[in-house]
Amino acid sequence: MPEPGGTNGAVRIGVYICHCGTNIAGVVDVGHLADFASRLSGVVVARDYKYMCSDPGQELIKQDIAEHKLNRIVVAACSPTLHEPTFRRATEQGGINPFFFQMVNIREHNSWVHTDRAAATVKGEDLLRAAVRRVRLHKPLEPREVPINADVLVVGGGIAGIHAALTLANAGKHVYLVEREPTIGGHMAQFDKTFPTLDCAACILTPKMTAVKMHPNITMWTLAEVTQVDGYVGNYEVTVRRKPRYIIEDLCVGCLECIEACVYKQGKVDDEFNVGLGKRKPIYISFPQAVPQLVVIDPDTCVEFKSGKCKKTCVEACGDRLAIDFKQTEKMETLKVGTIVLATGFKTFDPARIPYYGYGTYPNVYTAMEVERLVNASGPTAGEVILRDGRKPKSVGIIHCVGSRDEHTNKYCSRVCCMYSLKLAHLIKEKTEAEVYSCYIDMRAPGKAFEEFYNRIAEEGVRFVRGKVADIYPAGNGDGQLIMQVEDTLLSMVRKIPVDMIVLSIGLEAQADAQDVRRLFNITCSGGDFFMERHPKLAPVNTFTDGVFLAGCCQGPKDIPDTVAQAGAAAAEAMALIDAGKIELEPNTAHIIEETCSGCKTCVPLCPYQAISFLAEKKKSEINEVLCKGCGTCVAACPSGSIEQNLFEDGEIFEEIKGVLNYA
Amino acid sequence: MPDTFEPKIVAFFCNWCTYLAADLAGTSRMKYAPNIRVIRLMCSGRVDPQFIFDAFAKGADGVLLGGCHPGDCHYQEGNYKTLRRFHLLKRVLADMGIEEERFRLEWISAAEGDKVRSVVNDMVEKVRALGPRMPTLPQPMHAREVAVS
Amino acid sequence: MSGKPKVAFYWCASCGGCEEAVVDLHEAVLDVVAAVDIVFWPVALDFKRSDVAAMADGSITACFLNGAIRTSEQEEMAELMRRKSQVLIAFGSCSHTGGIPGLANLYNRESILQSSYGNALSTVNPEGTRPQEQTKVPEGTVVLPHFGPSVKTLAQTVDVDYYLPGCPPPVKLIVGAVTALLEGKLPPKGSVLAPNMALCDECPRKDTKPDKLLLKEFKRPHQVLIDAEKCLLEQGLLCLGPATRSGCGAACMSGNMPCTGCLGPTDGVKDYGAKVLSALASIGEANEEPQAAALMQGIVDPSGTFYRYSLPASLLHRRVGGNGGAKS
Repeated sequence: MPEPGGTNGAVRIGVYICHCGTNIAGVVDVGHLADFASRLSGVVVARDYKYMCSDPGQELIKQDIAEHKLNRIVVAACSPTLHEPTFRRATEQGGINPFFFQMVNIREHNSWVHTDRAAATVKGEDLLRAAVRRVRLHKPLEPREVPINADVLVVGGGIAGIHAALTLANAGKHVYLVEREPTIGGHMAQFDKTFPTLDCAACILTPKMTAVKMHPNITMWTLAEVTQVDGYVGNYEVTVRRKPRYIIEDLCVGCLECIEACVYKQGKVDDEFNVGLGKRKPIYISFPQAVPQLVVIDPDTCVEFKSGKCKKTCVEACGDRLAIDFKQTEKMETLKVGTIVLATGFKTFDPARIPYYGYGTYPNVYTAMEVERLVNASGPTAGEVILRDGRKPKSVGIIHCVGSRDEHTNKYCSRVCCMYSLKLAHLIKEKTEAEVYSCYIDMRAPGKAFEEFYNRIAEEGVRFVRGKVADIYPAGNGDGQLIMQVEDTLLSMVRKIPVDMIVLSIGLEAQADAQDVRRLFNITCSGGDFFMERHPKLAPVNTFTDGVFLAGCCQGPKDIPDTVAQAGAAAAEAMALIDAGKIELEPNTAHIIEETCSGCKTCVPLCPYQAISFLAEKKKSEINEVLCKGCGTCVAACPSGSIEQNLFEDGEIFEEIKGVLNYA
Repeated sequence: MPDTFEPKIVAFFCNWCTYLAADLAGTSRMKYAPNIRVIRLMCSGRVDPQFIFDAFAKGADGVLLGGCHPGDCHYQEGNYKTLRRFHLLKRVLADMGIEEERFRLEWISAAEGDKVRSVVNDMVEKVRALGPRMPTLPQPMHAREVAVS
Repeated sequence: MSGKPKVAFYWCASCGGCEEAVVDLHEAVLDVVAAVDIVFWPVALDFKRSDVAAMADGSITACFLNGAIRTSEQEEMAELMRRKSQVLIAFGSCSHTGGIPGLANLYNRESILQSSYGNALSTVNPEGTRPQEQTKVPEGTVVLPHFGPSVKTLAQTVDVDYYLPGCPPPVKLIVGAVTALLEGKLPPKGSVLAPNMALCDECPRKDTKPDKLLLKEFKRPHQVLIDAEKCLLEQGLLCLGPATRSGCGAACMSGNMPCTGCLGPTDGVKDYGAKVLSALASIGEANEEPQAAALMQGIVDPSGTFYRYSLPASLLHRRVGGNGGAKS
């Protein structure tokens, strides 16, 4: 067994240059790099190979370690974020400490971003030289192992959160489901029917909502928000603010008589669930099948809260159930969980940002979400399509891609709008027999039975106009109609179509507070403020923060089947961690060299995790390795050079600098 | 044909934001100048000012620091330290005759692959215009020409 | 000829303070003088260069060489003393890290000459006469040493065995070094003959320093009524103790002034100024702009403050290009 050591014993380095098919070899001269590496000091073996991450590639490393008594490995390939663990494992299986390994990124940072072959190869030389110089100084390290708390936190009670919670609960894990609205269900509860089957959304959703409520392994908190997250994978400590409902949960039976009895004879407050189309009272329930089946009092509009002098007819109606409690206060709770699934959903694009579509100006311009509520039997118009002026539309224009696929608003496609537009076209036609014009750029129907659904809707007589609507303005014909002006690109003419009603197919966006939420959980956002996945292809539910997973539209626009699939995947990832029972953390922590620490305390206030403390008896500072997350800030700050960071020692970085600059 | 000066820029990128952004630039196949050499650190707060001086001393024509946007540091506060150190470093480097464009701090989030491209391309051109950074290491005084009056 | 060890002292670009430091040994100097043979000490006795040149190579046991290296004469003397000595000790900040003369590296040679012989207030030189390295006079050719392009440390000129840091080195350290030399108990070659620990360790105000010290403002000594007991950094002053080697017994603190860093860095540090910059910036308490920038502006002269004694030893060594002076 070769002796692992820094400067004791000769360093024997194996260098492997990956072709990655033609991904790297197409631009970088990998053969030359292998030859170049073989001539670097300390390098005993240097090879190039088609796919280093494959089994034979990894076998090469293991065999060479044995045959050539290697004690250091360098692999030049893709980004370390992809395969550093792979090659560390191969190194370890070859018999040496896995941290005697260094990876060089010659794909994402080289072959994929440069076109000049010669320059890319020189860059490869510099990066290789740096890695070879650095790896000589690597020390044998042991990863820290931490246990995984078996409980899970699911943030968000929409279909994604519900499915993830049920999957985990059925597997025997205890789940905390935290939802900030008074009911779970999310946006799906607002839909009428779902494409392409035209299943009633509430019918397929409410059984799952009930299952959540009834499940012994799920603790469901509504009107609750996460305010703080401390700790690390396997050992998160989460603070949740539970806002007061002003209803005692165990006593309310959901009879809704208090709402009937409220001093407000009619609803006066904009109803959030009905997207402002209806009105509610200060005491209300979001929708009849809300889970939990409890009313809630809105303190901003309730007379009792505002003046203290209400007759409180609600209390009277509640009678001896005594379920109303105006004195309820918020409660802060602390949860200890091992993993977290974020399922915080989406918000819809605000079409007021596109003024020429007339939303908010012309009363008969609706968003798709508003139309969902119109056609829904439990909505503000009892399922009838009735315009704001009381009429039933005889002609309807549906405008696709509102806010999506547009440089001025959101560049991405929101993925669901074509399908829901077809659905709404069908529902509107069914209820009103109106002439429906659907103005689209492309018809995106990629899912199972989606194309067939499109054909069906076309056969039902919906008119499809291929063109992006340029303007909406009053027809001025005394009928209250609007003109939808659109270039019909298939007919090569501009059409001015008079319609009674406009439906804007608004796109999906990340929630307004996405940045705040992601800071809370220490993850990143990608374009459009959607939460960022670890890898767009291979790790769509993981984040770069171990133990935090994503499910549903918070990660990117998607429909219900994809959301449910992703929620199941997130649950599986969480389960994998929990069932493994422990996880290894990167040993890149810092430690103070006691012999040279002067007790100057410069480092102590620098750590946001309070990992550094001053020991009064020794008059020196000390770092708690368990709390240290390995940022290295204290290392850079120590004025006497008395703090060292594993894997990122000063000496190792100085060698890299000399290497990239080809300094003797 | 005259050789164009190819500057060499040493970049210190933080693992969670800028390094990922550079990876994203790669997966998106964005193209940028090959003059940059990235050294990966966990946090921009790990960047010891000694690294910056050492890079210049050992031949770098420019040094680029990349970190998370203020408020978004993966480790909460590391980039604030980087920012304060940067303010002092700028002034000391100016005193040492190193032009402002040679030392740059950029906040680049993991989603901003195109910012990596535009920053690198911009910096390479600016440093190219300045020419190579002249070495300043101590020299012996022998073997010099003695001026005769 | 006695069997006592032969010792030499020489000074290059220095102020004479290091020579004073030897005298500062007070009575102890008599013990030193009794124990050794001083064979070369131009500042004190009439020795000539030719005397040293005539000695056999390696015949001097130890040479204490202070002052930085800027002229060709200083370079030649450094090389001569290296040849003639078994042990060459860089004595004082100037030879160790460049010292205060090292700040000349913030300026270019031409601008220095232009200033001294041109536009300094006290200079009257309408013809712009510059000193010449060779001038013919009736008696022959007289030469002046070449004024080099930068201030160098002794180690940047010749191979150095040990360093006695300080401006000047504290008496205790000098006595310790001489004793070790005489008893044959010197540490490994290349060592600095002072504890490898920063000054906070021996500072009498150490216990008054709060565990979590962050500064909202940096102040200069004349802006503060300096409390004689409390940690000076806590009072907002630029005390460089955390970055500076101990061994001086916290002399400046006892004089109620903050440490300026004359004993140089500890072993784990390559560039003193860079580390002290990092430490001070790190403990600033301002995260948002423009407060962060304003806070750091409170350090009025970063280059001069951080590199007061150590600019030539720094990684960049000296300013490059241009003719201007330091502008913060």
